[in-house]
Amino acid sequence: MTSPASTDLAPPQLSAGPRPAQGPAADEGLARRLRALACTAPLHDLDARKANLAGEYTVYAMAEVALAAIDLITLNMDFDTGADHEQIVTRLLPRVAAQAPTRPTAEHERVARWVLENLINVGSVDRGFRAVYGTFGTDGVYTRRDYDFKLIEEVPGYGGGVYLRTTDEAVNVLVGALDTDVTSAQIAAEVKLEVLINRGRLADAQLAAEQARYRTVQYAETLRKTLEATRRNVRAVDWLQTVPDMIAEALDHVADRYRHENAILTNIRRVRDEAEATADVRTAEHKRRAAELVDIVKDCIRRHTQLQSRLLEAGPLFRAEQDRQAFAAPAAYTGLDLYGQLVAPVLPLPVEGATRVTDAFFAHGTGLRTPASVRLGDLVDLLLTPPVEREHLGAEMPEPDLIATPDDSRFSEEQLASAMRLLDLEHDAPRRLSGLLAEARRLDADLPYLVALLAVHAASPPVGTAYRQGEERLLFAVDDGTPLDDPEFGGADLIVGTALLDAVGMAADRTEAT
Amino acid sequence: MSETHAEYTDAWSEQEPQQPPAASTASAVTPADAADAARLVSFGLQPKLLPARDAEYTELLRRYREDPAFARLADAVATGLGLVVLEVSPRAGMAVTAAEDSVFAVRMGDYARRASTDSADRFLHGLAHLAVAAMAFPRPEDLADDAYIGRLTVNGVDAFVRQACLRLEQRAEEQGENTDPASDAPGLEAAWRIYARRSATGATKDARRLAGSTTGIVGKAAAFLTDSGFLQRTGDEGGGSYRTTARYQLQVRDMAGSAAMAELLELGVVPVSDGSATLLPPPEGDDLELAADAGLPFHA
Repeated sequence: MTSPASTDLAPPQLSAGPRPAQGPAADEGLARRLRALACTAPLHDLDARKANLAGEYTVYAMAEVALAAIDLITLNMDFDTGADHEQIVTRLLPRVAAQAPTRPTAEHERVARWVLENLINVGSVDRGFRAVYGTFGTDGVYTRRDYDFKLIEEVPGYGGGVYLRTTDEAVNVLVGALDTDVTSAQIAAEVKLEVLINRGRLADAQLAAEQARYRTVQYAETLRKTLEATRRNVRAVDWLQTVPDMIAEALDHVADRYRHENAILTNIRRVRDEAEATADVRTAEHKRRAAELVDIVKDCIRRHTQLQSRLLEAGPLFRAEQDRQAFAAPAAYTGLDLYGQLVAPVLPLPVEGATRVTDAFFAHGTGLRTPASVRLGDLVDLLLTPPVEREHLGAEMPEPDLIATPDDSRFSEEQLASAMRLLDLEHDAPRRLSGLLAEARRLDADLPYLVALLAVHAASPPVGTAYRQGEERLLFAVDDGTPLDDPEFGGADLIVGTALLDAVGMAADRTEAT
Repeated sequence: MSETHAEYTDAWSEQEPQQPPAASTASAVTPADAADAARLVSFGLQPKLLPARDAEYTELLRRYREDPAFARLADAVATGLGLVVLEVSPRAGMAVTAAEDSVFAVRMGDYARRASTDSADRFLHGLAHLAVAAMAFPRPEDLADDAYIGRLTVNGVDAFVRQACLRLEQRAEEQGENTDPASDAPGLEAAWRIYARRSATGATKDARRLAGSTTGIVGKAAAFLTDSGFLQRTGDEGGGSYRTTARYQLQVRDMAGSAAMAELLELGVVPVSDGSATLLPPPEGDDLELAADAGLPFHA
């Protein structure tokens, strides 16, 4: 299904044409463009290779699916994890299905998986791509070089799971020109967005909002890496000025963005609600776009909140690490600095030389293994022993011995039913508790206790639960100061009634809040 | 135990002038003594066995420390088997390791089959062991301090090497170097590129770690070191978390570190250290930008 690590992605005529050796400066620009070109090659490659698949797949636009996949993954990249593989496949399905509605769903899924696997390039050991291009060096010698890159990489997540992240190359392919300053680009995007909304140009506004979200994701990712670095070694980072400054700056940034985005949110909501008043086609389109925009900005706010909580954890982390590292008694002598004297010098070496060092470390650092020795007699016995038959279903389960537990409830099901019937009041006709108790007493001597219990419970009605579950009616009880005159109970003569809840309105509110 | 030890040395020094042939004590080695010495070495060959858990082991260790003749005998047995004695103590037990070309030595080809044919894999497996050690003992003081217990996670080691590679990549970019290797000379490719190129993890059909990925390679190293009695697994977070044992510290400090350093010096690379930390704060001015992009303020 997958191609081997491709080698000839760069078109040969670009690098091998008969042209005079130019200066290295011109060549550098050429190399950069060739690399950028190579990043798009896997996408073109998908459409070129779809004909080789077993089956009639030419109807699918593979490059489109691939770009959609990269979009989805970029948007789902979070602080710690990336996007979930299965989730991406599921979200790709509607687009794949739209391209060939008559085909079976299994085929759609197969196409989505094929595209995703090819973007990861599952077939190669590096799980990446390689393009070959040539450059002229300063001495005028032409050298062919390998450019290795990935579009989607698999990263470890919580609980040993594997998540997908888009690489910088992929983000560059997708959005382009991302090597500008993150902060200023974001501010620019947001200012643009506000202007656009004020002028009512929502189509452009949505594009700008989506771009702003890409920037937000990138900004969060950058900060995550910084915090990770501070964890490594207290002395590695300047905790006197740099990091506190950075944290303060980032917190300011979060507060600022939060205010900004809330303002945008209010604005768009107004646009959306104003559009609601009229009913022609264009305003309906505006309304839909505004609703989408609300989702995007909410997502931005969520990411900022997440960022803020990370920032607040940084201080305690520093103090704990300082306790551990800096306040310990100094050692008698200092030993070998494994990172500074071994790892750091080895990494820039050519791999041939570096392997000699790592081999030496491996040979002396792995400890010992006691070699296994085999006696022929044992071996013969071992080989002649018939394999143990595996029980397919496992051991038989003993029949569980069930004991009926006595029903020790205070009230029976019938009593509860009649109590509920009694309390099923019309919403515009509340009743006194004393009346209810008297009626209950006529039915059953035990029933007043249950009714009283339910009434007292209704004095603090579970409004939150009812709201979440979308209930239409809610029992409530109010004390208006009248004392209860009853032979068995004392206290206030509560007014018990039923309130009608606006279930539709609540459902709409709920979707907005989430 | 220390008291008995003191008494014994006193008795020894008193006896010595009166009993001229100290050698006679040494020469009076019985086959039973030899058996005990060999028994002690065999305990040392079971690196996961803790001295405190085995009364016989503890007793033999005590004898090693108090009876010089017995100690010499045990050392001789170990040397004859092709073993190097690193330390004999209640905390580390009889810490022995394989001498070069000993039957007990671990060979790269046995460790990972691909490593014998693929030079990139060979390097990655070696680097994984080096990185695990560097992560377990991040500061020189940690390696020197006998009481230090290092902690590491598989994903942490991977992220740490990856960031160091990223830093090198950025430095090369700043200097305008083209690090893409020439197609016909793969051996000249910079070592960090091999690591940066390999994927960190990968989905497999049976939900196991992809063996060829870098976390797979680091995970294999950690599991192997656990079998060697060098690490103890403490949990599953971060791809598996581990803590170091006294033996690992000895092994890295006395054997592996110096061997690798010798090889590095032979290559003409002389890493100078004044004993201070190499993970230094970035220089004034460019720090924020750099740290934000690099994710790691390594200025070695």
